[in-house]
Amino acid sequence: MMEVCNCIEPQWPADELLMKYQYISDFFIAVAYFSIPLELIYFVKKSAVFPYRWVLVQFGAFIVLCGATHLINLWTFTTHSRTVALVMTTAKVLTAVVSCATALMLVHIIPDLLSVKTRELFLKNKAAELDREMGLIRTQEETGRHVRMLTHEIRSTLDRHTILKTTLVELGRTLALEECALWMPTRTGLELQLSYTLRQQHPVEYTVPIQLPVINQVFGTSRAVKISPNSPVARLRPVSGKYLLGEVVAVRVPLLHLSNFQINDWPELSTKRYALMVLMLPSDSARQWHVHELELVEVVADQVAVALSHAAILEESMRARDLLMEQNVALDIARREAETAIRARNDFLAVMNHEMRTPMHAIIALSSLLQETELTPEQRLMVETVLKSSSLLATLMNDVLDLSRLEDGSLQLELGTFNLHTLFREVLNLIKPIAVIKKLPITLNLAPDLPEFVVGDEKRLMQIILNIVGNAVKFSKQGSISVTALVTKSDNRAPPDFFVVPTGSHFYLRVKVKDLGAGINPQDIPKLFTKFAQTQSLATRSSGGSGLGLAISKRFVNLMEGNIWIESEGVGKGCTAIFDVKLGISNESKQSGIPKVPANPQHVNFAGLKVLVMDENGVSRMVTKGLLVHLGCEVTTVSSNEECLRVVSHEHRVVFMDVCTPGAENYQIALRIHEKFTKRHQMTLLAALTGNTDKPTKEKCMSFGLDGVLLKPVSLDNMRNVLSDLLEHRVLYEAM
Amino acid sequence: MDTLVAQLQRQFRDYTISLYHQGFLDDQFTELKKLQDECSPDFVAEVVSLFFEDCEKLIGNMARALDQTGNVDFSLVGSSVHQLKGSSSSVGAKRVKGLCVTFKECCDSQNFEGCVRCLQQVDIEYKSLKAKLQDLFNLEQQIVQAGGRIPQVDI
Repeated sequence: MMEVCNCIEPQWPADELLMKYQYISDFFIAVAYFSIPLELIYFVKKSAVFPYRWVLVQFGAFIVLCGATHLINLWTFTTHSRTVALVMTTAKVLTAVVSCATALMLVHIIPDLLSVKTRELFLKNKAAELDREMGLIRTQEETGRHVRMLTHEIRSTLDRHTILKTTLVELGRTLALEECALWMPTRTGLELQLSYTLRQQHPVEYTVPIQLPVINQVFGTSRAVKISPNSPVARLRPVSGKYLLGEVVAVRVPLLHLSNFQINDWPELSTKRYALMVLMLPSDSARQWHVHELELVEVVADQVAVALSHAAILEESMRARDLLMEQNVALDIARREAETAIRARNDFLAVMNHEMRTPMHAIIALSSLLQETELTPEQRLMVETVLKSSSLLATLMNDVLDLSRLEDGSLQLELGTFNLHTLFREVLNLIKPIAVIKKLPITLNLAPDLPEFVVGDEKRLMQIILNIVGNAVKFSKQGSISVTALVTKSDNRAPPDFFVVPTGSHFYLRVKVKDLGAGINPQDIPKLFTKFAQTQSLATRSSGGSGLGLAISKRFVNLMEGNIWIESEGVGKGCTAIFDVKLGISNESKQSGIPKVPANPQHVNFAGLKVLVMDENGVSRMVTKGLLVHLGCEVTTVSSNEECLRVVSHEHRVVFMDVCTPGAENYQIALRIHEKFTKRHQMTLLAALTGNTDKPTKEKCMSFGLDGVLLKPVSLDNMRNVLSDLLEHRVLYEAM
Repeated sequence: MDTLVAQLQRQFRDYTISLYHQGFLDDQFTELKKLQDECSPDFVAEVVSLFFEDCEKLIGNMARALDQTGNVDFSLVGSSVHQLKGSSSSVGAKRVKGLCVTFKECCDSQNFEGCVRCLQQVDIEYKSLKAKLQDLFNLEQQIVQAGGRIPQVDI
């Protein structure tokens, strides 16, 4: 039998060379196809991240099968058995399946892979951007740190010089500058002077005019400005040719004054002075000014301005304080000197008062006695001169003493009752002799409503009238002199304050002395009342006198709560002296000094008068009660303020309160009693019993509404008078 | 003719005048005498005995206050002195009043030794005044008993 060969004949003719090449290529393809998955596996195993492993498996399978196909193909070049063909077919089929599956797979996978790529690109960009920003932030932080450090250094001192020097040093260090300079405006403001430099030890006195364009450019903006290294402000060292000068930046530094710190226009720095700060980078370094460096410079410039202004304020206040201390010291010295002077004057017055008056009186007394004896005419003349001179001297001393006491305020009026009409007549009698010699008729006019008996300081009033009338006589060469006295209402010239509770028993006396003599220049009138001022020319000053008369009179008039002034139409037209004084009206129709003695000493008006006595001291309470009982009153006694308030009623006409014990509660009682009885017509009268009746006590009593003050211990007559005065006049303030 | 009454009266007058001249009494005492009349016949005696009681009490207070060595309350002493001064001036006890003025100054300046000294002097003074006034009143009583009138002594 013929052996049926199950062999498959190759399709192509067995061309030797071509077949050989095919054979080799297939072999290499197979090898490659087998090694690719191996490589894939190897590298994937190495890499940590690969999301598509199963794709890889698929692909691997595909490749392997392709490889297998090509490998099996090697056997088909020669006659091969059916088994081989079968295997080949199987392999091819499998390969087909897997390849199709892979192809389908890749449709899904490839877009994903591509997008991964895009994302990767995007992330790379982002990373680059973030890196850039990081870089920026870091530089900013650096800058900030530098600024803080610089500011700290600058602001740690209040000394101007240190501030500026430190600024330059720190800036130089931070920015690694070659040179740093500060130009300050001169006093005139027309030039900038090189004040501080970093490297140069002793800067030369180097100025540039302030109106250069580059300077104006810098001053015109608050930013740091790059300027040319060849501009005058930047050329600090002698240029030695070959250098490539580093870049230069200039910035303005506002110099603030105290007056710039008005709260309202803080941003509006109007009239400004600037200093110029110039910063130079190292030459030959190719460095450039970065933005953050410029910002740093601007911030520093501002800080320097503030620090300088603080330093200026401090300087100012230190200066003011030194000035004040000096003034204080000077004032202290002046005060001490004044006190010493016052003490010296007081000592002098004390001496003068006694030591000088005694011999004076002796001289006057003995001279007058001498006058009474037998004397030759020459001797008489001499004695008269001695008498006149010593009288003058005595008057002068009295005047000076009076004036000092008046100014001190230690002079008090001596009130008494006197006859006003008689006073005027006496004055006239005193003046008449001189007036007659000078042929000046004097007339006296007393108003018909002028009270006859008045209360006041008789001696001082006479002094005033005498002085005024005497002046009129002294300074008149011809004409007549008229003296008028009348009652005037208190016009607006009178001071409004009263010492005594006003009861209508006072009036204002106005005295007018008119003469037709020399007259006074209206401009000189104010000077008249100043001490020691003489307004007459030397020729007419024949009368002597110290010029104190009017000053003293004015002060007496003021003490009497009045006013004095002089009117004159001019030189040669005479003048009128007018003064008002306050006097009390006395209802005594007899002469002064004799007290009232009622016919029945015991029971005048007081029978049954209800009186309340408050005194803490048992003994004085008993004595006061005894006094009042003796006068016929019905007396209730209490020993404390509270008891007094409890017991007092509207039936008590008078309340006597002891105010000796220290403490002001005594006076409060007066107020409380007033409060209690405000609605009554007949107010209870309140009188205080006290150990001293000086002015402050009286004023205090008055201020608390008391009607009278009495000095303890009270005598019987006093108590009688007091009671009747209180009941009649509702007022009593004695000068006891 | 020197009757007993006249003698007593002269004695009374001289004694009274001597008291004034020695400064034991002053015008206020005279005033007190003026207040004595039919309505209050023993006014002076009452006032004076009240004064001496007051003295005793105040001096006792002050002695106690000054005994607190190291812790003396000068304000208390001062107020007692003030009271005593007021009383003595109301009665006319001139010497006592004068001592009170000095005493007050010592109190104000917190002078312990001064205060103690003043207190002793005040004590002595008021006791002697008391004795003298007692003698005076005795004289008065003798005059009255002898049927006479107490003479008005004008200083």
